Amino acid sequence: MTTSAPAKRERPKYLNLPALLFEIRLPLPGKVSILHRVSGVLLFFPFAAWLLYALDRSLTSEQDFAQVQAYLRLPLVKLGLLVFIWAFCHHLCAGVRFLFLDLDKGIDLKAARVSAALVLAVSLLMTAFFAVKLW
Amino acid sequence: MNRIVTGAHYGLRDWLAQRITAVIITLYSIILGAALLGAKPITYGMWRDFFAHGWMRVATLLFAISLAWHAWVGMRDVLMDYIKPTGLRLFLEIGTILVLAGYVAWTIQILWR
Repeated sequence: MTTSAPAKRERPKYLNLPALLFEIRLPLPGKVSILHRVSGVLLFFPFAAWLLYALDRSLTSEQDFAQVQAYLRLPLVKLGLLVFIWAFCHHLCAGVRFLFLDLDKGIDLKAARVSAALVLAVSLLMTAFFAVKLW
Repeated sequence: MNRIVTGAHYGLRDWLAQRITAVIITLYSIILGAALLGAKPITYGMWRDFFAHGWMRVATLLFAISLAWHAWVGMRDVLMDYIKPTGLRLFLEIGTILVLAGYVAWTIQILWR
């Protein structure tokens, strides 16, 4: 069927995971915001449960304490701890930034971009610091 | 206002609570982190005595309650944004509350045994 309709229009694009991951390029403050959510959910589960379990065992007896210490020295466990540390540091730094934004501090575009970059950088630096401490 | 059972933000309370608990969590974490970094190596005796202090137990419980409250507001915001069917959202909200209440109960059990 032939139509003389105007040139094919771009169809509306709906949000889906591939679009979110590969097509939509968030500005830096957007990245900080979504990572704030991702890190928050990760801290809620599994990290809170994992750390509570470790705390529980570490306070049970001398042997359990030694076992937790040995457990925390396993390379894979250290890697998991590092992910926790990053999630915690990012959530903390981004949270402090949001508190300042709530107080109307740093809300112009330039300041917001600088502080977003700062949050990403500082949380990665803190993670690196703890990585050195762990290894 | 059109209120739904799995909605929120009909007042200032949750928003404010999330920010107040955030400050409490931050203070406790920084103080605990600094104490742990400053005291190495940590022995079982030190560790046990540290959590046996009355003030440490109370501070840790307040921290856990703040964390649970904070996480509840945050998780509910996330569920409200990404889970649209009311039934599923309610189910996940109840699950979140049970997990968080479980964390607090577990913390009490660890601290006062």
